[in-house]
Amino acid sequence: MTEILDLLKKDVIDNMIKSGKREDGRGLDEYRPITLLKGVLNAGPDGSAMARLGKTQVLASVKFTIGAPYPDRPKQGVFITSAEFLPVASPEFESGPPRENAIELARVVDKGIRASEIIDIDSFFVEEGKVLTMFLDIYVLDHDGNLIDAAALASMGAITDTRLPKIEDGEIVWGEYDKPLDYKDVVTTSTFSKVDGKILLDADKNEETDASARMTVSFVKGNICALQKGLEGSFRAEEIEYIINKALEKSKDLKSIVLKA
Amino acid sequence: MDYEGPLIKNGKRVDGRAFDDLRQISIKAHVINEADGSAYIKWGNNKILVGVYGPKECLPKHIADPHKAVVRARYNMAPFAGKEGHGRSGPSRRSIEISKVVSDTFQNVILAEQFPRTMIEIFIDVLQSDGGTRCAAVTAASVALADAGIPMKDMVSAVAGGIIEDTLVLDLNYIEDSQGNADLAMAFTHRNKDVLLLQMEGDLPIDKFKELLKMGMDSTEYLYKIQKEALEEGYKNKPTESVVLDL
Repeated sequence: MTEILDLLKKDVIDNMIKSGKREDGRGLDEYRPITLLKGVLNAGPDGSAMARLGKTQVLASVKFTIGAPYPDRPKQGVFITSAEFLPVASPEFESGPPRENAIELARVVDKGIRASEIIDIDSFFVEEGKVLTMFLDIYVLDHDGNLIDAAALASMGAITDTRLPKIEDGEIVWGEYDKPLDYKDVVTTSTFSKVDGKILLDADKNEETDASARMTVSFVKGNICALQKGLEGSFRAEEIEYIINKALEKSKDLKSIVLKA
Repeated sequence: MDYEGPLIKNGKRVDGRAFDDLRQISIKAHVINEADGSAYIKWGNNKILVGVYGPKECLPKHIADPHKAVVRARYNMAPFAGKEGHGRSGPSRRSIEISKVVSDTFQNVILAEQFPRTMIEIFIDVLQSDGGTRCAAVTAASVALADAGIPMKDMVSAVAGGIIEDTLVLDLNYIEDSQGNADLAMAFTHRNKDVLLLQMEGDLPIDKFKELLKMGMDSTEYLYKIQKEALEEGYKNKPTESVVLDL
């Protein structure tokens, strides 16, 4: 039953994309309406945000604890990103530990933030044997495609909403804060899908079922800070060049969404 | 950060409520586009998302029942949900137990005989917790099931009661729950006031128990009204479009 539906959808989408159109009427290089709301969870996390890309909804939370540093980096804080595809978000998602798609998503978002060095984890040192651990949790609440960009946006929203907890005698004073988390810049992330030889930005769920290849580009200060090619299809060098230029073009808008939210 | 002040002062509780006051409660139905039914509840500082899928193919197949649908709830607490610390993701013994009692609660009210060999799944995600999450979750799950169009004998709502310094109170928050003398979770059907969930720990004399049960029962009218309004609101404008999920 679903297989037949998928084939029908694929056919409809193929025909539309061929003539440069999309189901919802936007251009191939346009995002769906984007909303970013910061501080949505006020009593648990130290920073939070919810991002919407069309009907896709992703929540991100930042929370600090005191932990032990890695033995080879005794002065450096720890930054951990994890993502959960909640079973509420899609009939395809099941309960249980994160599967490979959730882990890939978390790692793509993590790489962008870590490699851009927008967060100074060296400043997370508390005392000998104690550092701050920063947990970035990504919760996918409603899946209508392009979870990576929604997750990256929610994550930047949460990071720019984060306050550092107050620390006394090497312990966190829960519910009290020291100052806003210092971030050096905003990382922007754009994901493109290749459908029927055409490159489109921000694929929705129907378009994703029809995509042969996927490319995610993260930018900070006009430089690429993370890249991830996904799915089994391939890209030509000129397609990659187009994608990178487009991602750079989009990064201005995305950055201002993060800063204005 | 342990709370050290008095739990009751001048007849008011830590958050200024009277003994039988519930916290501020709001429910939104139809918030997840992908789910068959959904609801989001803000109950004081509790923030809980519930999604329902089904009736659908029963997996794993060996749990299928040839006479009725199997109702399975999955209660999950986000690692960032608490005021303090960062928990582990994945099921704990506590969350598995709550999942079971919630499954049993709804197996009773859903007209499961209408859907033999299928499965109805209720996914509960606690995004922020402040005591009484299972009761808030049951109240919201009832709305999510109705939103999914799953036939039920009645709506179910739940509330916790307890004893603080010899006083009976309803709807304990986290501070009261962790420092009070007893915590009684109760779920009732709206019309018949059948008890579907009952869990207690602490120290509770029989007469106090009876009184608490009565207090809990009396709150179903109020909770039912909120549930009904959420369902009406969810369908008022565009029945096919999901309501904006405003956390």
